[in-house]
Amino acid sequence: MPTKLEPETPEVGADDLLMDVRDLEVHFALRGGALSRFTGRGGGAVRAVDGVSFGLRRGEVLGLVGESGSGKTTLGRALLGLVPATGGSIGYAGHELVGMSEHNLRPLRRELQMAFQDPHASLNPAMDLQTAIGHPLRIHKMVRTDTELRERVVTALERVGLAPVERFMDKYPADLSGGQKQRAVFARATIMEPKLVVADEPASMLDMSVRAKVIELMQDLRRELGLTYVYITHDLATAKFFCDRIAIMYLGRIVELGPTEEIFANPRHPYTRSLLAAVPEPDPRVEVSREVPRGEVPDAAIRPAGCSFHPRCPKAFEVCGWEGRDLRALLEERWTTLTEDDYLAESSLFADLTALDGQRGTVQVAAASGHMGEEVAARLTRIRDSDTDEPLWRGVADIRAKGGHAEVAFRDGTDPGLTLIGDVEVACHLHDPAIQEAPA
Amino acid sequence: MTEPVLAADDLRVWYGTERGPVRAVDGVSFAVYEGETLGLVGESGCGKSTLGRAILGLLPRGSAMDGSLRFKGSELVGLPRKELEGLRGPELGLVFQEPMTRLNPLMRVSEHFEETLKIHEPGLGKKGMRERAVEALRHVGIPPSRYDNYPHEFSGGMRQRIMIALTLVLHPAFMVADEPTTALDVLVEAQILRLLGDLRQNFRTAMLLITHNLGIVAEACDRVAVMYAGRIVEIGDAREVFAEPKHPYTRELLASTISLHTTDLHSIPGAPPDLADPPSGCRFHLRCPDAMRVCVEKAPVPVRLETGQRTECWLHGPHDQVPANGTEPLEREAISVADEA
Repeated sequence: MPTKLEPETPEVGADDLLMDVRDLEVHFALRGGALSRFTGRGGGAVRAVDGVSFGLRRGEVLGLVGESGSGKTTLGRALLGLVPATGGSIGYAGHELVGMSEHNLRPLRRELQMAFQDPHASLNPAMDLQTAIGHPLRIHKMVRTDTELRERVVTALERVGLAPVERFMDKYPADLSGGQKQRAVFARATIMEPKLVVADEPASMLDMSVRAKVIELMQDLRRELGLTYVYITHDLATAKFFCDRIAIMYLGRIVELGPTEEIFANPRHPYTRSLLAAVPEPDPRVEVSREVPRGEVPDAAIRPAGCSFHPRCPKAFEVCGWEGRDLRALLEERWTTLTEDDYLAESSLFADLTALDGQRGTVQVAAASGHMGEEVAARLTRIRDSDTDEPLWRGVADIRAKGGHAEVAFRDGTDPGLTLIGDVEVACHLHDPAIQEAPA
Repeated sequence: MTEPVLAADDLRVWYGTERGPVRAVDGVSFAVYEGETLGLVGESGCGKSTLGRAILGLLPRGSAMDGSLRFKGSELVGLPRKELEGLRGPELGLVFQEPMTRLNPLMRVSEHFEETLKIHEPGLGKKGMRERAVEALRHVGIPPSRYDNYPHEFSGGMRQRIMIALTLVLHPAFMVADEPTTALDVLVEAQILRLLGDLRQNFRTAMLLITHNLGIVAEACDRVAVMYAGRIVEIGDAREVFAEPKHPYTRELLASTISLHTTDLHSIPGAPPDLADPPSGCRFHLRCPDAMRVCVEKAPVPVRLETGQRTECWLHGPHDQVPANGTEPLEREAISVADEA
């Protein structure tokens, strides 16, 4: 069985970069409600990819790893111009891909190919394999005769292991198993001998017993065609095996980027650590710690203040960007642990908590009618004193009563940028020398 | 030993097709006890989901069930549809795969609970229903303040929690969870697995957890049954089975799972057989690296091993039933990629 390939280029110069991505942004505008359309004001934007920079080295496998909603798929598609970038730049072979017209992009697509996630959906059910796999050659007018087309299709099929080819040329996708379909998808993606293949979760829809075969196939194709891969996945185990470098994504940004061995041996970002701890381990002899962060990936239309991961982060502290809605989440989480009577007594103090959602800085927690701001402030103080380990309270400077409200003053948070430590880039205040030297 | 909550004995399920009967479940025996989680693993097409549906009486038309399936001592096979429907919910619960599609988008969470409770526990009253529902939601970590929200106001993981609460609210004695985390992200998956573990302790529910992910079984199950081509080929304590798999299929399945400790890629050649026309002898012999002559001729019989596992593979005997020369390695052609799964 082939084992992992050594990276072919240990030292990277400008010539070794296949693609250079700088500050890439893909924002999707949201349509506002009826009123905002009337007033002409926009409804905001989902920042699917929000300022991503990296260099893609010739011949490497770069993994984009993250949960759904992290923007990894959108980023992969934007690299090929399949979704228009709204900002930043993608340099490829002397061209700027951002803003390039479809007409100019088309010839470049021969070199930039994509293998999609669901092999059952990415093959046309009404096209036999011969037609489907040869289709790119016809579209790009790269063959003159039918004989030539057939020869190229035969080569592509053999290359992905669908041999004897006579058995497969006239088959329809419905006749194939999941693994065979994924091979056909790779035959189509590689028939034009591209330079870059973006593979979006190519193994995740398949059975465990077939996943290894898909990874093996990608390794074989890489060796044979000298491919560069962007491998998009949420599965850290396959990423560890297949990738040379890994970029961990969270809510549209890269939070950690570095060589695979380093990321796994010494994960620095708390998010990376959580992801690693969550991978199910089949070997009962391996002890694994299970510190699972609370909550889920938040809505990309309304980013959390400061570091996007702070609401879920077990290591978050003063400067991570605490805000009103974090307090709401804390109270609601607490209420699932109280008895019915305690819950009713406590929740009846508070007016509608949804009012906390948009507030930052000093936030107003309204008392329910019939209750005073003092009661709310006293209750919040009690909750704080009963759970001093909760990271949110480190971000609270003061709780005081003011009329019918309690005012909770949050400390200012900042957005951590990427810091280079050794050969790993990480975006976390824990690793920001400026903050670590001057504790709050 | 106490009586199992659910016990299957030589259970069979067929589907009628144009090509003849497909024997999706072909003689399986197992028992699940109170507070126990049994993991059911195997590749797609091995009959896992069919078995789960058969237990709940959710088989489609054109299928037939035979053998014995006893729930708390009473026989379910041959039970009229109406009576089975009465059991489903209060006694036999189900957690589906895709939480996104299972809640009615036009109904509040509270209405989902009221609907369920009205049918199965008509005497409760509005206040009683709320108490029961809020209690179930609290166990899965959904705050009472969200009780009147609509499904779209929750994230995917929270919707799966709500689904689990909807099953739990009736306190079923037995629950089938069919790939409950497949559609979820790794971190949410870990949260849900932890939740299922807590419930096992708090409610003593017996559970069948169907999954293709062996890591999940190792984490969330007490025992594991490995299914291949409609048969349970190995069953036993999850730690034992994963530490020392006895059946070659279990071993190969474990080896092909890519984990953080994988250093070499491994895969099982070929694909699970067509269950309308399964191979002779042992159904795994075509893909088995250890196949012997006897494996083509005679179907293996279940053997209980000293470690407590039960397996059916001629490597483990009974040796007196193996014919002369039966242990010679099987000669055959290599399986090409063309025949893979």
